[in-house]
Amino acid sequence: MKILSINSRPMSEKNFLMGNEVLGRAARAAQADAMYGYPITPASEIMHFWAGEAGSEAGHDQGLVFQQAEDEIGAGFMLIGGVLAGRRAFTATAGPGHVLMQDAFAMAEAMRLPVVAYIMQRGGPSTSTVIYSQQEVTLACFGGNGNGFRIVYAPSTLQELFDYGLKVFNTAWKYRFPTFLLGDGYLAKMLGEVELYDPAERGLEIVPTEPYLLEKKRGIDLKNVIPSPELEVRYSDGVEYACLRNCLNMEEETLTVNQEIKAAWDKMAKEVVEHEYVGQSAAKTVVVAQGIVAAAARQAVQEASGSVGLFRPITLNPFPVEALRRSVAGAERIIIAESAYNQLGRMVKDALYGQVQVPITEYYRPSMSILPEEIAELIKDNVAV
Amino acid sequence: MPEEMSKLEIRSALPKCARLDSKPHLFCPGCGHPEVLKALGFAVDELGLQRRIAFGVDIGCSLLAWDFFDFDTVETHHGRTVPVMVGLRLGNPEAIAVAYVGDGGAYAIGAGHLLNAAIRNDNILTIVVNNGLYAMTGGQEAPTTHPGWKVKTAPYGADQYYIKAPEIIRNVNPAAFVARGITSRQPELRQLMKDALQHINGNHGFAFLEVLSQCPLNWKTMDSAEATFRVLEQEHAKLFPTGRF
Repeated sequence: MKILSINSRPMSEKNFLMGNEVLGRAARAAQADAMYGYPITPASEIMHFWAGEAGSEAGHDQGLVFQQAEDEIGAGFMLIGGVLAGRRAFTATAGPGHVLMQDAFAMAEAMRLPVVAYIMQRGGPSTSTVIYSQQEVTLACFGGNGNGFRIVYAPSTLQELFDYGLKVFNTAWKYRFPTFLLGDGYLAKMLGEVELYDPAERGLEIVPTEPYLLEKKRGIDLKNVIPSPELEVRYSDGVEYACLRNCLNMEEETLTVNQEIKAAWDKMAKEVVEHEYVGQSAAKTVVVAQGIVAAAARQAVQEASGSVGLFRPITLNPFPVEALRRSVAGAERIIIAESAYNQLGRMVKDALYGQVQVPITEYYRPSMSILPEEIAELIKDNVAV
Repeated sequence: MPEEMSKLEIRSALPKCARLDSKPHLFCPGCGHPEVLKALGFAVDELGLQRRIAFGVDIGCSLLAWDFFDFDTVETHHGRTVPVMVGLRLGNPEAIAVAYVGDGGAYAIGAGHLLNAAIRNDNILTIVVNNGLYAMTGGQEAPTTHPGWKVKTAPYGADQYYIKAPEIIRNVNPAAFVARGITSRQPELRQLMKDALQHINGNHGFAFLEVLSQCPLNWKTMDSAEATFRVLEQEHAKLFPTGRF
């Protein structure tokens, strides 16, 4: 299938684009067909792009849905409605909007609804600033009143915005978990060269979607997706009717819901978890960074002399615990750098607890950019002599 | 105690689309919800829409309707049923999307969603059960609580302000179906349900039906059906006039 862009050009070409437009095009390449959103800097251009697509002749012919909601709570729950209707649906948000969407994301987590969100972090707490920040890591991974059963990818380059912007839809629908792309305002607003492609050309299959409601010929039994206490399926005159709930009567039912989600999560995690390692293997100094900070760290590590490596979790949730442990097995120093206080840091230390006996340098600069030179200085200070 | 009804008697008292094995329902004795639901069910039966209904229920007493019918149903979060149904209907234009919400869900926590769905003329039916208070959470003040009513969060009497939602919705959407019915007048309520369903089935946009309903538990009239109906028909219907808007 040829994926059409807004002016009907075929894909598979290099383009000079802004990060947010890259994501809009990634959603189109993934055959997403519905977006529900609410304006917020620095993510708004994703919605602008989609509004243009949905309103175009091609978008109209393809039945693309776009709805600007009354707020992010509304957008999040419309997104759930779209997924229940079987749409490959998504939203885009940031900061305080991301906070509001946790209401809907918690419901998606409870019922394993594959909502997709592009989250472009901004400064916090509160309204704060709009460009550089990594302060929504904990919120994206563990927000809501649950146990963090949501998949979170952290791209670090414009090209990865396209690659993972496309991938999140397949992951969401294959495993039926809420799946988020966690970028930031800097990536969102950055302009650069990106190779766009039709996934079919790369041998990437698009995972099919299926309605949860009003689907009378199911390919996938809802019982294999929705936790059993939340689902009642009955037949009347030979027609299947599905009743879905998330309010339960007994604590034991809630335990069962969580146990069933956890079992599916553990099975999924082995297949989905991703990381990148750059630099010397078994390095004595290992930098741990994610997202846009990892892009700076990559440059610093590549230019550094000595035994230095970069470990970069690509999935922040599930976190690549085993890979991290292997990567720091020979380390004498570990450096954690992030544009937040101790959000990635907490995950790294949790993964390494009881595993290593080496000093950890924590470089936390909430809402400030971290440059390659700063990482280089940290490496210099830390290189084992 | 009345004798237990046979399955046949229950069946004949219920719409065909009602799910028999979830009966008796879990609403309190004397509650108005089952009367609202039955009116909806009979209207659906009559119009032959059962297979196309996507039924969204809110949190609060309305959640007990999650398995009342043989409809494809989803229970959502408090106040969020309207946007879920909006998103679903946009995703599936064949769906007859019905949001079933209490007055707290619709007029307090979900007021922004309701008003904007009305302004956008979204093609869904929203049914709001107005019993003048928050019932499931223990009888707190709602935007529909009568001035002077003593409720858990207004122990000295509720203030003078309350919402007349159909009147507001008519104001923001001249094309919408807007009405207020009452549980004690079933034939009229069924007709309103039918007309509201036909409005969205004909793709005419937003349909809104508020239903005045009784809550004997929190109205403290459990001992007397007469007292319940007196509050419903003489106090509640006086404050909130029924009819089409």
